[in-house]
Amino acid sequence: MKEIITANEAINMVKSESVIMVGGFGLVGCPIKLVESLSNSSLNNLTIISNNLGEQGKGLGKLVLNKQVAKGIGSYFTSNIDVVEAYQRGELEIELLPQGTMSEAIRAGGAGIGGFYTPVSVGTALAEPKETKIIGEKEYVLQEALQADFAFIKAKKADKLGNLIYSKSSRNFNPAMATAAKTVFVEVDEIVEVGELNPEEIITPHLYVDYLIEGE
Amino acid sequence: MDEKQLIAARAAQELKNGNVVNLGIGIPTKVVDYLPPDVTIHLHSENGILGLGPSPTEEEIDPDLVNAGKLPVTIVEGSSFFDSPSSFAMIRGKHVDVAVLGVLQVDQYGRIANWAIPGKNILGVGGAMDLLEGAKKVIVTMLHTTRSGESKIVESLSYPITSQRRVDMIITELAVFKVDKEGLLLMEMADGCTIEDVKKHTLAPFRLSSQLTSNVR
Repeated sequence: MKEIITANEAINMVKSESVIMVGGFGLVGCPIKLVESLSNSSLNNLTIISNNLGEQGKGLGKLVLNKQVAKGIGSYFTSNIDVVEAYQRGELEIELLPQGTMSEAIRAGGAGIGGFYTPVSVGTALAEPKETKIIGEKEYVLQEALQADFAFIKAKKADKLGNLIYSKSSRNFNPAMATAAKTVFVEVDEIVEVGELNPEEIITPHLYVDYLIEGE
Repeated sequence: MDEKQLIAARAAQELKNGNVVNLGIGIPTKVVDYLPPDVTIHLHSENGILGLGPSPTEEEIDPDLVNAGKLPVTIVEGSSFFDSPSSFAMIRGKHVDVAVLGVLQVDQYGRIANWAIPGKNILGVGGAMDLLEGAKKVIVTMLHTTRSGESKIVESLSYPITSQRRVDMIITELAVFKVDKEGLLLMEMADGCTIEDVKKHTLAPFRLSSQLTSNVR
Protein backbone atom coordinates (compact mmCIF):
# COMPACT_ATOMS: atom_id res chain seq x y z
CA MET A 1 0.00 0.00 0.00
CA LYS A 2 1.22 3.49 -0.82
CA GLU A 3 1.26 6.20 1.79
CA ILE A 4 -1.33 8.91 1.21
CA ILE A 5 0.15 12.27 2.18
CA THR A 6 -0.70 15.95 1.76
CA ALA A 7 0.90 18.19 -0.86
CA ASN A 8 2.76 20.06 1.90
CA GLU A 9 4.16 16.81 3.30
CA ALA A 10 5.41 15.97 -0.18
CA ILE A 11 7.08 19.35 -0.62
CA ASN A 12 8.79 18.94 2.79
CA MET A 13 10.76 16.05 1.25
CA VAL A 14 12.01 18.26 -1.60
CA LYS A 15 15.24 20.24 -1.23
CA SER A 16 16.49 23.38 -2.93
CA GLU A 17 18.51 22.65 -6.08
CA SER A 18 16.43 19.54 -6.79
CA VAL A 19 15.63 18.46 -10.33
CA ILE A 20 11.85 18.05 -10.63
CA MET A 21 9.79 16.67 -13.51
CA VAL A 22 6.30 18.15 -13.63
CA GLY A 23 3.63 16.55 -15.81
CA GLY A 24 1.24 18.50 -17.99
CA PHE A 25 0.78 20.17 -21.32
CA GLY A 26 0.30 23.73 -20.19
CA LEU A 27 -2.13 23.38 -17.29
CA VAL A 28 -3.77 20.22 -18.67
CA GLY A 29 -2.50 17.28 -16.64
CA CYS A 30 -0.49 19.53 -14.30
CA PRO A 31 -0.53 18.42 -10.62
CA ILE A 32 -1.74 21.81 -9.47
CA LYS A 33 -1.86 21.17 -5.68
CA LEU A 34 1.76 20.01 -5.61
CA VAL A 35 2.83 22.97 -7.74
CA GLU A 36 0.87 25.39 -5.51
CA SER A 37 2.50 23.96 -2.42
CA LEU A 38 5.95 24.21 -4.03
CA SER A 39 5.27 27.85 -4.94
CA ASN A 40 4.37 28.53 -1.27
CA SER A 41 7.65 27.03 -0.06
CA SER A 42 11.02 28.71 0.30
CA LEU A 43 12.71 26.17 -1.98
CA ASN A 44 14.76 27.69 -4.78
CA ASN A 45 17.44 27.03 -7.41
CA LEU A 46 15.18 24.30 -8.79
CA THR A 47 15.60 22.68 -12.18
CA ILE A 48 12.16 22.05 -13.67
CA ILE A 49 11.66 19.58 -16.51
CA SER A 50 8.24 20.27 -18.00
CA ASN A 51 6.90 20.99 -21.49
CA ASN A 52 6.14 24.60 -20.49
CA LEU A 53 6.69 26.65 -17.37
CA GLY A 54 2.97 27.12 -16.80
CA GLU A 55 1.08 30.15 -17.94
CA GLN A 56 1.47 33.71 -16.74
CA GLY A 57 0.95 33.62 -12.96
CA LYS A 58 -0.56 30.13 -13.14
CA GLY A 59 0.82 26.70 -12.32
CA LEU A 60 4.60 26.63 -12.73
CA GLY A 61 4.37 30.30 -13.78
CA LYS A 62 4.13 31.14 -10.05
CA LEU A 63 7.51 29.51 -9.39
CA VAL A 64 9.02 31.69 -12.11
CA LEU A 65 7.55 34.85 -10.58
CA ASN A 66 8.93 33.79 -7.17
CA LYS A 67 12.39 33.27 -8.75
CA GLN A 68 12.45 29.68 -7.47
CA VAL A 69 13.52 28.21 -10.81
CA ALA A 70 17.19 28.27 -11.87
CA LYS A 71 16.72 26.25 -15.03
CA GLY A 72 13.83 25.09 -17.19
CA ILE A 73 14.08 22.15 -19.59
CA GLY A 74 11.17 21.91 -22.02
CA SER A 75 9.89 22.51 -25.54
CA TYR A 76 7.74 25.63 -25.48
CA PHE A 77 8.20 28.60 -23.17
CA THR A 78 7.08 31.50 -25.35
CA SER A 79 3.45 31.32 -24.19
CA ASN A 80 4.46 32.65 -20.75
CA ILE A 81 5.85 36.20 -21.03
CA ASP A 82 7.25 35.99 -17.46
CA VAL A 83 9.53 33.15 -18.56
CA VAL A 84 10.75 35.15 -21.56
CA GLU A 85 11.47 38.19 -19.37
CA ALA A 86 13.20 36.19 -16.61
CA TYR A 87 15.38 34.63 -19.32
CA GLN A 88 16.20 38.06 -20.78
CA ARG A 89 17.20 39.36 -17.34
CA GLY A 90 19.57 36.40 -16.99
CA GLU A 91 17.66 35.00 -13.99
CA LEU A 92 16.58 31.80 -15.70
CA GLU A 93 18.52 29.27 -17.74
CA ILE A 94 16.56 27.50 -20.49
CA GLU A 95 17.28 24.25 -22.31
CA LEU A 96 15.03 23.97 -25.34
CA LEU A 97 14.32 20.56 -26.85
CA PRO A 98 11.96 19.48 -29.63
CA GLN A 99 8.90 18.07 -27.89
CA GLY A 100 9.43 14.54 -29.24
CA THR A 101 13.10 14.57 -28.26
CA MET A 102 12.20 15.77 -24.78
CA SER A 103 9.52 13.14 -24.22
CA GLU A 104 11.77 10.35 -25.55
CA ALA A 105 14.64 11.56 -23.31
CA ILE A 106 12.34 11.18 -20.30
CA ARG A 107 11.19 7.75 -21.48
CA ALA A 108 14.85 6.73 -21.91
CA GLY A 109 15.70 8.09 -18.47
CA GLY A 110 13.14 5.80 -16.90
CA ALA A 111 14.12 2.81 -19.01
CA GLY A 112 17.83 2.63 -18.23
CA ILE A 113 18.94 4.08 -21.58
CA GLY A 114 21.77 6.62 -21.46
CA GLY A 115 20.85 8.44 -24.65
CA PHE A 116 19.70 7.94 -28.22
CA TYR A 117 20.21 9.21 -31.74
CA THR A 118 17.29 11.08 -33.31
CA PRO A 119 17.01 12.69 -36.74
CA VAL A 120 14.92 15.54 -35.32
CA SER A 121 16.70 18.93 -35.26
CA VAL A 122 19.65 17.84 -37.44
CA GLY A 123 20.88 20.87 -39.38
CA THR A 124 19.11 23.38 -37.11
CA ALA A 125 20.19 25.72 -34.33
CA LEU A 126 19.03 23.23 -31.67
CA ALA A 127 21.52 20.57 -32.86
CA GLU A 128 24.53 22.91 -32.97
CA PRO A 129 26.11 21.98 -29.61
CA LYS A 130 25.39 18.26 -29.99
CA GLU A 131 27.25 15.22 -31.28
CA THR A 132 25.98 13.80 -34.57
CA LYS A 133 26.38 10.41 -36.21
CA ILE A 134 25.64 8.97 -39.64
CA ILE A 135 23.66 5.73 -39.41
CA GLY A 136 22.96 4.19 -42.80
CA GLU A 137 22.83 7.27 -44.98
CA LYS A 138 21.06 9.48 -42.50
CA GLU A 139 22.39 11.96 -39.96
CA TYR A 140 21.24 11.76 -36.34
CA VAL A 141 21.87 13.88 -33.26
CA LEU A 142 22.73 12.46 -29.84
CA GLN A 143 20.26 13.24 -27.07
CA GLU A 144 21.11 12.20 -23.55
CA ALA A 145 18.37 10.79 -21.31
CA LEU A 146 16.68 12.96 -18.69
CA GLN A 147 16.22 11.93 -15.06
CA ALA A 148 15.06 13.76 -11.97
CA ASP A 149 15.13 13.68 -8.18
CA PHE A 150 11.35 14.06 -8.02
CA ALA A 151 8.39 13.70 -10.36
CA PHE A 152 5.09 15.49 -9.79
CA ILE A 153 2.40 13.50 -11.57
CA LYS A 154 -1.33 14.12 -12.14
CA ALA A 155 -3.55 11.07 -12.56
CA LYS A 156 -7.31 10.60 -12.59
CA LYS A 157 -7.52 7.52 -10.42
CA ALA A 158 -5.17 5.44 -8.30
CA ASP A 159 -5.73 2.28 -6.35
CA LYS A 160 -4.10 2.03 -2.92
CA LEU A 161 -1.14 0.13 -4.39
CA GLY A 162 -0.44 3.09 -6.66
CA ASN A 163 -1.64 1.75 -10.01
CA LEU A 164 -2.71 4.73 -12.13
CA ILE A 165 -5.10 5.69 -14.88
CA TYR A 166 -5.29 9.12 -16.49
CA SER A 167 -7.96 11.34 -18.03
CA LYS A 168 -7.98 11.95 -21.79
CA SER A 169 -5.31 14.37 -23.02
CA SER A 170 -4.15 15.14 -19.48
CA ARG A 171 -2.08 11.95 -19.72
CA ASN A 172 0.62 13.59 -21.92
CA PHE A 173 4.04 13.54 -20.16
CA ASN A 174 2.79 12.05 -16.88
CA PRO A 175 3.32 8.29 -17.46
CA ALA A 176 6.88 8.79 -18.76
CA MET A 177 7.84 11.18 -15.96
CA ALA A 178 6.52 8.69 -13.39
CA THR A 179 9.26 6.30 -14.54
CA ALA A 180 12.20 8.70 -14.57
CA ALA A 181 12.52 10.15 -11.06
CA LYS A 182 13.91 8.81 -7.77
CA THR A 183 10.79 9.83 -5.83
CA VAL A 184 7.38 10.01 -7.49
CA PHE A 185 4.46 11.98 -6.02
CA VAL A 186 1.09 11.43 -7.69
CA GLU A 187 -1.79 13.84 -7.26
CA VAL A 188 -5.03 11.96 -7.96
CA ASP A 189 -8.69 12.91 -8.18
CA GLU A 190 -9.83 9.59 -6.72
CA ILE A 191 -8.24 6.78 -4.71
CA VAL A 192 -9.95 3.39 -4.93
CA GLU A 193 -9.45 -0.04 -3.34
CA VAL A 194 -7.02 -2.52 -4.83
CA GLY A 195 -8.88 -4.62 -7.38
CA GLU A 196 -11.22 -1.86 -8.51
CA LEU A 197 -9.06 -0.91 -11.50
CA ASN A 198 -9.18 -3.21 -14.50
CA PRO A 199 -5.63 -4.58 -15.02
CA GLU A 200 -6.10 -4.13 -18.80
CA GLU A 201 -6.64 -0.40 -18.31
CA ILE A 202 -3.80 0.46 -15.91
CA ILE A 203 -1.37 2.84 -17.64
CA THR A 204 1.20 3.25 -14.84
CA PRO A 205 1.85 0.10 -12.79
CA HIS A 206 2.34 0.77 -9.08
CA LEU A 207 6.07 -0.02 -8.92
CA TYR A 208 6.83 3.47 -10.28
CA VAL A 209 4.81 5.30 -7.64
CA ASP A 210 6.01 6.36 -4.16
CA TYR A 211 3.31 8.58 -2.63
CA LEU A 212 -0.30 9.51 -3.37
CA ILE A 213 -1.77 12.96 -2.80
CA GLU A 214 -5.50 13.58 -2.93
CA GLY A 215 -6.36 16.23 -5.53
CA GLU A 216 -9.34 18.54 -5.71
CA MET B 1 -14.78 32.11 -49.52
CA ASP B 2 -12.00 34.40 -48.36
CA GLU B 3 -8.35 33.79 -49.27
CA LYS B 4 -7.64 31.61 -46.24
CA GLN B 5 -10.71 29.47 -46.88
CA LEU B 6 -9.65 29.03 -50.52
CA ILE B 7 -6.24 27.81 -49.39
CA ALA B 8 -7.79 25.40 -46.87
CA ALA B 9 -10.23 24.09 -49.49
CA ARG B 10 -7.40 23.41 -51.95
CA ALA B 11 -5.36 21.61 -49.26
CA ALA B 12 -8.40 19.44 -48.43
CA GLN B 13 -8.27 18.02 -51.97
CA GLU B 14 -4.85 16.53 -51.19
CA LEU B 15 -6.17 14.34 -48.38
CA LYS B 16 -7.15 10.76 -49.10
CA ASN B 17 -9.73 8.60 -47.40
CA GLY B 18 -8.25 6.99 -44.28
CA ASN B 19 -5.26 9.35 -43.99
CA VAL B 20 -3.88 10.08 -40.53
CA VAL B 21 -3.42 13.85 -40.56
CA ASN B 22 -1.85 16.37 -38.21
CA LEU B 23 -3.11 19.93 -38.65
CA GLY B 24 -1.24 23.00 -37.45
CA ILE B 25 -2.97 26.08 -36.10
CA GLY B 26 -4.45 28.81 -38.34
CA ILE B 27 -5.34 27.96 -41.95
CA PRO B 28 -4.59 24.22 -41.49
CA THR B 29 -7.32 23.94 -38.85
CA LYS B 30 -9.91 24.98 -41.46
CA VAL B 31 -8.98 22.13 -43.84
CA VAL B 32 -11.49 19.75 -42.22
CA ASP B 33 -14.35 22.07 -43.25
CA TYR B 34 -13.69 21.37 -46.95
CA LEU B 35 -13.15 17.62 -47.10
CA PRO B 36 -14.90 15.89 -50.00
CA PRO B 37 -17.94 13.94 -48.69
CA ASP B 38 -16.38 10.56 -49.51
CA VAL B 39 -13.19 11.30 -47.57
CA THR B 40 -12.83 10.47 -43.87
CA ILE B 41 -9.55 11.32 -42.18
CA HIS B 42 -8.19 10.61 -38.70
CA LEU B 43 -6.82 13.68 -36.94
CA HIS B 44 -3.72 13.23 -34.80
CA SER B 45 -2.78 15.69 -32.07
CA GLU B 46 0.78 15.79 -30.66
CA ASN B 47 -0.42 15.92 -27.07
CA GLY B 48 -1.79 12.38 -27.33
CA ILE B 49 -5.02 12.01 -29.29
CA LEU B 50 -5.91 10.12 -32.47
CA GLY B 51 -9.47 10.87 -33.60
CA LEU B 52 -10.23 14.54 -32.97
CA GLY B 53 -13.80 15.64 -33.66
CA PRO B 54 -15.38 19.04 -34.28
CA SER B 55 -15.03 21.96 -31.86
CA PRO B 56 -17.11 21.50 -28.70
CA THR B 57 -20.23 23.46 -27.81
CA GLU B 58 -20.10 25.45 -24.56
CA GLU B 59 -21.58 22.48 -22.63
CA GLU B 60 -19.23 19.95 -24.23
CA ILE B 61 -16.01 21.70 -23.16
CA ASP B 62 -13.84 19.34 -21.08
CA PRO B 63 -10.72 20.79 -19.40
CA ASP B 64 -8.92 17.46 -19.88
CA LEU B 65 -9.52 17.44 -23.62
CA VAL B 66 -7.45 19.91 -25.63
CA ASN B 67 -5.47 19.89 -28.86
CA ALA B 68 -1.81 20.81 -29.36
CA GLY B 69 -2.85 24.46 -29.54
CA LYS B 70 -4.36 24.02 -26.04
CA LEU B 71 -7.85 24.68 -27.43
CA PRO B 72 -10.82 22.54 -26.33
CA VAL B 73 -11.70 19.71 -28.73
CA THR B 74 -13.99 16.69 -28.96
CA ILE B 75 -13.24 13.13 -29.97
CA VAL B 76 -14.98 10.82 -32.43
CA GLU B 77 -15.87 7.14 -32.09
CA GLY B 78 -12.76 5.02 -32.53
CA SER B 79 -10.45 7.62 -31.01
CA SER B 80 -7.61 6.82 -28.63
CA PHE B 81 -5.42 8.55 -26.05
CA PHE B 82 -1.70 7.94 -25.56
CA ASP B 83 1.25 9.56 -23.82
CA SER B 84 3.69 12.08 -25.31
CA PRO B 85 6.56 9.64 -26.05
CA SER B 86 4.10 7.41 -27.98
CA SER B 87 2.64 10.37 -29.84
CA PHE B 88 6.05 11.50 -31.05
CA ALA B 89 7.11 7.93 -31.82
CA MET B 90 4.11 7.88 -34.19
CA ILE B 91 5.35 11.07 -35.82
CA ARG B 92 9.09 10.25 -36.00
CA GLY B 93 8.33 6.65 -36.95
CA LYS B 94 6.51 7.85 -40.08
CA HIS B 95 3.06 6.63 -39.08
CA VAL B 96 1.40 10.00 -39.70
CA ASP B 97 0.45 10.35 -43.38
CA VAL B 98 0.14 14.10 -43.77
CA ALA B 99 1.05 17.23 -41.82
CA VAL B 100 -0.53 20.50 -42.92
CA LEU B 101 1.16 23.51 -41.43
CA GLY B 102 1.66 27.24 -41.61
CA VAL B 103 5.15 28.71 -41.95
CA LEU B 104 7.02 31.99 -41.69
CA GLN B 105 9.08 31.34 -44.84
CA VAL B 106 9.85 28.68 -47.46
CA ASP B 107 13.12 28.69 -49.39
CA GLN B 108 13.81 27.84 -53.06
CA TYR B 109 14.44 24.18 -52.13
CA GLY B 110 11.19 23.85 -50.18
CA ARG B 111 12.79 23.99 -46.74
CA ILE B 112 10.85 25.94 -44.14
CA ALA B 113 11.18 28.20 -41.13
CA ASN B 114 8.26 28.10 -38.70
CA TRP B 115 9.56 28.12 -35.13
CA ALA B 116 11.73 31.11 -34.28
CA ILE B 117 12.13 34.78 -35.10
CA PRO B 118 15.63 36.23 -35.48
CA GLY B 119 16.59 38.83 -32.90
CA LYS B 120 14.14 37.37 -30.40
CA ASN B 121 15.05 34.80 -27.79
CA ILE B 122 14.57 31.28 -29.05
CA LEU B 123 12.40 29.79 -26.33
CA GLY B 124 9.81 27.67 -28.10
CA VAL B 125 9.85 24.88 -30.66
CA GLY B 126 7.10 22.46 -29.59
CA GLY B 127 6.53 19.68 -32.12
CA ALA B 128 7.49 21.68 -35.24
CA MET B 129 10.79 19.89 -35.91
CA ASP B 130 9.35 16.44 -35.14
CA LEU B 131 6.52 16.89 -37.67
CA LEU B 132 8.90 18.04 -40.40
CA GLU B 133 11.11 15.04 -39.83
CA GLY B 134 8.46 12.40 -39.55
CA ALA B 135 5.26 13.18 -41.47
CA LYS B 136 5.16 11.19 -44.71
CA LYS B 137 3.85 14.21 -46.60
CA VAL B 138 4.12 17.86 -45.56
CA ILE B 139 1.82 20.46 -47.08
CA VAL B 140 2.40 24.15 -46.38
CA THR B 141 -0.67 26.38 -46.37
CA MET B 142 -0.02 30.09 -46.07
CA LEU B 143 -0.76 33.52 -47.44
CA HIS B 144 1.78 34.20 -50.20
CA THR B 145 3.08 37.42 -48.64
CA THR B 146 3.41 38.97 -45.20
CA ARG B 147 1.08 41.73 -44.03
CA SER B 148 3.60 44.28 -45.31
CA GLY B 149 3.61 42.60 -48.73
CA GLU B 150 6.94 40.75 -48.60
CA SER B 151 7.16 37.34 -50.22
CA LYS B 152 7.21 34.41 -47.83
CA ILE B 153 8.76 32.29 -50.58
CA VAL B 154 12.40 33.34 -50.58
CA GLU B 155 15.75 32.38 -52.08
CA SER B 156 17.27 31.70 -48.67
CA LEU B 157 15.62 31.78 -45.26
CA SER B 158 16.19 34.79 -43.02
CA TYR B 159 14.43 32.97 -40.14
CA PRO B 160 16.00 29.93 -38.39
CA ILE B 161 15.43 26.73 -40.36
CA THR B 162 13.09 24.07 -38.91
CA SER B 163 14.50 21.03 -40.73
CA GLN B 164 16.67 20.16 -43.72
CA ARG B 165 13.71 18.13 -45.02
CA ARG B 166 11.90 19.69 -47.96
CA VAL B 167 8.14 19.97 -47.81
CA ASP B 168 6.09 18.33 -50.56
CA MET B 169 3.68 21.07 -51.52
CA ILE B 170 3.04 24.78 -50.96
CA ILE B 171 -0.48 26.16 -51.28
CA THR B 172 -1.13 29.92 -51.23
CA GLU B 173 -3.97 32.15 -52.39
CA LEU B 174 -2.06 32.76 -55.63
CA ALA B 175 -0.48 29.45 -56.50
CA VAL B 176 0.23 25.80 -55.82
CA PHE B 177 3.85 24.61 -55.98
CA LYS B 178 5.15 21.07 -55.85
CA VAL B 179 8.64 20.57 -54.47
CA ASP B 180 10.96 18.18 -56.30
CA LYS B 181 14.72 17.52 -56.21
CA GLU B 182 15.48 20.71 -58.14
CA GLY B 183 13.20 23.02 -56.19
CA LEU B 184 9.84 24.65 -56.71
CA LEU B 185 7.55 23.70 -59.57
CA LEU B 186 4.51 25.92 -60.25
CA MET B 187 1.52 23.60 -60.77
CA GLU B 188 -1.54 25.83 -60.48
CA MET B 189 -2.50 29.47 -60.35
CA ALA B 190 -5.61 31.04 -58.88
CA ASP B 191 -8.29 32.27 -61.25
CA GLY B 192 -7.26 35.51 -62.92
CA CYS B 193 -3.67 35.16 -61.73
CA THR B 194 -0.84 35.25 -64.31
CA ILE B 195 2.68 33.83 -64.20
CA GLU B 196 3.90 37.43 -63.95
CA ASP B 197 1.72 37.97 -60.85
CA VAL B 198 3.20 34.89 -59.19
CA LYS B 199 6.76 35.95 -60.12
CA LYS B 200 6.18 39.44 -58.76
CA HIS B 201 5.22 38.06 -55.34
CA THR B 202 7.77 35.22 -55.18
CA LEU B 203 11.39 35.94 -54.27
CA ALA B 204 12.61 32.44 -55.10
CA PRO B 205 13.20 31.04 -58.56
CA PHE B 206 10.67 28.42 -59.69
CA ARG B 207 10.02 26.30 -62.77
CA LEU B 208 6.74 25.94 -64.64
CA SER B 209 5.07 22.55 -64.72
CA SER B 210 4.14 21.20 -68.15
CA GLN B 211 0.69 20.65 -66.59
CA LEU B 212 0.37 24.20 -65.30
CA THR B 213 -3.30 25.05 -64.92
CA SER B 214 -5.34 27.95 -63.81
CA ASN B 215 -7.29 26.57 -60.89
CA VAL B 216 -11.02 26.76 -61.49
CA ARG B 217 -12.70 27.65 -58.25
